[in-house]
Amino acid sequence: MRLIESRMTLYITYALLGVLAFIALFPIALLVLNSVKASPEIVQSPLSLPAALRWDNFTRAWEDARFGTTLVNSALLTGMTIILVCTTGSAAAYVLARKKVKSWKIVTFYLLASTTAPIQLFLFPLYFGFAKLGLINNIFAVALVYTAIYSPFAIMLLRTYFLAIPKELEEAALIDGATHWQVFTRVMLPMVSPGILTVALIIGLYSWNEFLIATTFLQQQDRLTAVVSFFLLSGQYSSDWGVIMAAALIIVAPVVVLFVFLQRRFIEGMAGGSVKG
Amino acid sequence: MHRLYLLPTLAINVVVILIPACLTIVLAFFRWDGISSPHFVGLGNFVALWDDRVFWRALTNNIIWTAIFLIVPIAMGLLAATMLLVVRRGRTFFQVVYFLPVIIATVITARVWQGMIYSPVTGVFGLLDRMGIPIVNPLSQPSLALFGVATVDLWHWWGFLCVIFFAALRQVPAEQIEAARLEGATFFQMMRYVLLPGIKPTIILMMIMTVIWSFLVFDFVYILTQGGPASSSEVLSTLAYRDAFYNLNVGRAAASSIIISLFGLVATFFYIRVQSKEGEA
Repeated sequence: MRLIESRMTLYITYALLGVLAFIALFPIALLVLNSVKASPEIVQSPLSLPAALRWDNFTRAWEDARFGTTLVNSALLTGMTIILVCTTGSAAAYVLARKKVKSWKIVTFYLLASTTAPIQLFLFPLYFGFAKLGLINNIFAVALVYTAIYSPFAIMLLRTYFLAIPKELEEAALIDGATHWQVFTRVMLPMVSPGILTVALIIGLYSWNEFLIATTFLQQQDRLTAVVSFFLLSGQYSSDWGVIMAAALIIVAPVVVLFVFLQRRFIEGMAGGSVKG
Repeated sequence: MHRLYLLPTLAINVVVILIPACLTIVLAFFRWDGISSPHFVGLGNFVALWDDRVFWRALTNNIIWTAIFLIVPIAMGLLAATMLLVVRRGRTFFQVVYFLPVIIATVITARVWQGMIYSPVTGVFGLLDRMGIPIVNPLSQPSLALFGVATVDLWHWWGFLCVIFFAALRQVPAEQIEAARLEGATFFQMMRYVLLPGIKPTIILMMIMTVIWSFLVFDFVYILTQGGPASSSEVLSTLAYRDAFYNLNVGRAAASSIIISLFGLVATFFYIRVQSKEGEA
């Protein structure tokens, strides 16, 4: 399919796309570049190349942001959220996609509505409730909050995967004497595993990056997530921006690497539900 | 039997979202500091908001924010997406690059812009200023702070829309495009009569989501300006957060939350209508 004929138009299009790419990459380039520069060099010019690569920015960032603890907290929180969302979400998505319960319409409606509920609508009572129950600074409790917030999205996405499976397959398994649970775990789940992987990636990304809930519910020094620890470190007036950018790179690097390798899944997943098909 | 499959999802959702949301509605009519027992004040919290200059500033800012985000990123996303449709080589590359800002944590994006771009000491703006180009840190100017924050969010956000619009554009039936070509349509006629109508549902959905998200905006404002200077970049969500956790006025925070939700509710109504239509098709 060709939309245009002239070569000139094509060049202009590439030039414009290039400008947009520059806009997208410029701040990221500053992040990477300044993560290996000494503080005086950054003050002189954030654009200059480093005279010498300051790798010790990374070791200082690791200590200052207490990544030894906070990255583990983030990983735990992300892992727990992924497991909770994928297990509870796939079961719910299966039942809703197959209209197994009479109330499927109401439940779907309720879940869609809750995706648009502002966090502030439930944040304050939730916080004071958790405080009463001693659940502040509890990583599992925060994973439950994430699960509640993210699972409607996951269910809507997984629903489309379940819808794509022919009904006959399920019926055949039932005739062969499989129980409903066996049909779900042995037949359906393996068939939607690409969908589950996509959901895991996106929920993982959201949990890893999340700020508002994490900063509200995890305040104790040894319970902070990496992102919140970075926030506190970079908020100090005296901070060295080389170290701050190094800390930023440590948090961002795994995400970017995963994204570049699995970009199709990320993009399709995040666009899922917004675009049909 | 199958109801049990829904149980975990619904149980978690009800405990974390539904019950606290109902409590927020109740709390909006009480004065409460989070510790002592609440006092019923009727519409007192709403009256207090009505009389508060900062509340109106925050509400206006949310509306300005919505207007900006309904126009700029959607236009940028559509433009880039149609340009991707024109070129054949490099589509994946450009998509990945445009999407990178979406996957970076908001805290990090905010600090990079704050320190490396806007800062008069360590940022590009400071460098330009020293080179004699008069340019100030927008975050420190009451008249510019909101736009300074919005720029960061725009940078973070438009690539998402581009990728979504591009995915939608590729699903416009090839026969329609071919037919228009045979009729001798120019590129702009193609856009106007074939491509844009073809992805109208996606555009509408994204506009509805933009309205919902614009009233929820929190991270970038909280990190970059805390609503300042002098409340100039305050939005409803940061106002509510500060009321609850710094001013210990949970009732007033709940009242703000309900106002945020009302705006969201209208958009949600349209969102669900569009989504359920899409789901059945």
